[in-house]
Amino acid sequence: MRNIKTFIQDFGWPRVIIFLFLVSLFVLAPFVGVRLDASLSDVLNRFGQYAILVLALVPMIQSGCGLNFGLALGIIAGLLGATLSLQFELLGLWGFFGAIALAAPFSLLFGYGYGKLLNKVKGEEMTIAMYVGFSFVMLMCIMWLVLPYNNPTMVWGFAGKGLRTTITVEGYWLKILNNFLAIRIGRFFVFPTGLLLFVGFCAFCMWLFLRTKTGTAMTAVGSNPDYARASGVSADKMRTISVMISTFLGAVGIIVYQQSFGFIQLYTAPTPMVFPAVAAILIGGASVNKASMVNVLVGTFLFQGLLTMTPSVINSILQTDMSEVIRIIVSNGMIMYALTRKVKVTK
Amino acid sequence: MSGKKKTISTWFSEYAVVIIFLAITVAAIGPSKLSLNYIIQEMITRLGRNSFLVIALLLPIYAGMGINFAMALGAMAGQIGLIFAVDWSVAGWQGLVFAFLVGLPVAVVLGWVSGMVMNKAKGREMVTGYILAFFINGIYQFVVLYLMGSVIPIRNAAILLSRGYGIRNTLNLESVRQSLDTILKVNIGVFSVPVVTFLVIAVLCVFIVWFKKTKLGQDMRAVGQDMTVADAAGIPVEKTRIVAIIISTVLACAGQIIFLQNMGNLATYNAHDQTSFFAAAAILVGGASVTHASIPNVFIGVVLLHAMFIVSPLAGQNLFGSAMIGEYFRQFIGYGVIAISLVLYAWKTRKAADNARSGLRGGVSANGTLGAASKTGASGLAALGAKDKPGANGQGSDGEAKGGRA
Repeated sequence: MRNIKTFIQDFGWPRVIIFLFLVSLFVLAPFVGVRLDASLSDVLNRFGQYAILVLALVPMIQSGCGLNFGLALGIIAGLLGATLSLQFELLGLWGFFGAIALAAPFSLLFGYGYGKLLNKVKGEEMTIAMYVGFSFVMLMCIMWLVLPYNNPTMVWGFAGKGLRTTITVEGYWLKILNNFLAIRIGRFFVFPTGLLLFVGFCAFCMWLFLRTKTGTAMTAVGSNPDYARASGVSADKMRTISVMISTFLGAVGIIVYQQSFGFIQLYTAPTPMVFPAVAAILIGGASVNKASMVNVLVGTFLFQGLLTMTPSVINSILQTDMSEVIRIIVSNGMIMYALTRKVKVTK
Repeated sequence: MSGKKKTISTWFSEYAVVIIFLAITVAAIGPSKLSLNYIIQEMITRLGRNSFLVIALLLPIYAGMGINFAMALGAMAGQIGLIFAVDWSVAGWQGLVFAFLVGLPVAVVLGWVSGMVMNKAKGREMVTGYILAFFINGIYQFVVLYLMGSVIPIRNAAILLSRGYGIRNTLNLESVRQSLDTILKVNIGVFSVPVVTFLVIAVLCVFIVWFKKTKLGQDMRAVGQDMTVADAAGIPVEKTRIVAIIISTVLACAGQIIFLQNMGNLATYNAHDQTSFFAAAAILVGGASVTHASIPNVFIGVVLLHAMFIVSPLAGQNLFGSAMIGEYFRQFIGYGVIAISLVLYAWKTRKAADNARSGLRGGVSANGTLGAASKTGASGLAALGAKDKPGANGQGSDGEAKGGRA
């Protein structure tokens, strides 16, 4: 009995409520005429789409930089990679991995500068990250208009220049991971094997990395900077590395998202991608300064499950679309809960 | 920090934001091809429209809570008031007073909630306030979109969505449009000046100046300087912080009503989205920082920010052949200004802390010393009353350091 109590306390009431809510949605679904297999397929798909973006938050949380509200920088690097890959007409797997390869230098460059900046403003990282992200998104809005792209599928038809707000990746690398070894059961259920394998691979790499010398040093900087410094670890260097990894994973994450979603969304689209990712990792049980792979996977599954199931199930019950309001309240409520919690002594 | 002789470089870093901004705006006036008369008239209108909202940010800054990004809560309360004013068809300036009276209790409650939340997140009030505004936005949408007309009675069917409940996306404020501005409009030369609006703003300024001198105002500044010292002096720290936020939220409520009566219509579900962005950008452009702000900062900021907002779309149109570039540019500058001032502030605080720390140790550089030494340095700092907020950084708080798992 005491075990359950301490477990709930550690896990946090909001998470328990969200978990029970999701379970009840799944239980209710068949009774209101929502197909369980189709919903489950959707949930898995969206889980795969978002998981790497959520994973991208881990290194910075571990190194003590807090929640990466500036993930938009990584997303923009990914957008640059994706648009360049389309510009060079790279197809299929080449296109997908080409996009990642092209995004890599940008993401490392942005990450380096961004990391250096965050080192100068320790303690205020989150607010500053948010505004750095916003202003960079706006700067890139101008860039998307003036950069010399000329692939006709990407630029505005009538002007012949300036990128469109949404660009389809159909014919290039649409669903390249989703369809890899995909298992189809019945009419409605598709298991996106390739997508989930890729997510698993990335999560495994991160897990492995956190256990290397650099990874351990990074965690040490996050949990106790004084101790880390005493053991001869350069806090600033570790933090910069963590920001660079985070930004790179953000780029990979958005490319994975695009191949599954089917469109590259430009201009102000990166901003609203950030908060759901932050909410997801917090729902998974991460705090502002501690996160694990379990937090990422569980959190993404719970959050995306909630987003997929509420519109269909709640709408069938109430005959009205409340999903948007529920999404806003749950995701921001979760971030707020995490920010207001006292930093607890870890066991 | 004051009292020390200022070198040119510290002066520049203090006013960097203002200078950069002024340069960009002046450079953009030419290409925009706007007449000076037009710009000045627009400026008068926008001063009346926006100043009140910006002043609402002052008290939390005095109380050391940074920019109150949760001021959108007050804006939402004001919008609820306006919805009822339109529903009950209370027209003219009486309608505005009615809207404020309806919004007032809502703003007080929301301000209290906001203060409680921020007390639980000391050291990261700004980011918490920002998220809180999003969170309450969800509840606001729930109330206005689902409860109004179904649970909360709305008499005027014209403002409801066609499905029978929920307020329309755009609410026409015809009955109260510019009712404050037009009570007394004086023409000075070619410019028309909304006298009563400016009077209201002037009264608010006097209130702020007076309030700073009261016991509560002094307490607030003491809390803003150092919470530990204020607490030791017997000031109820948490209560004072809550009061600062409540007043700020109520002022934001009134400010949003003034803003919207000038605009003339209400975008029910996103009018409050950018309230805190515009207000924060304005006060920071005006030379304020996260810990220091004054009434002149407000007016300088509103003038500079809006001068740029007026000229940049047209300058973009004429220079690059695309109005969108100017539009994006002004948003980039707005966000960029907030980012730069936050960075400059955080960077300065750290530098001051490092200097104080090395001073304690007889001038030894703070870098590369052992953890234990820096810890005594940090506690020494608090005693010195430096503005290093306790627990400002989640990663370095002592509680975790002691039980560190590393």
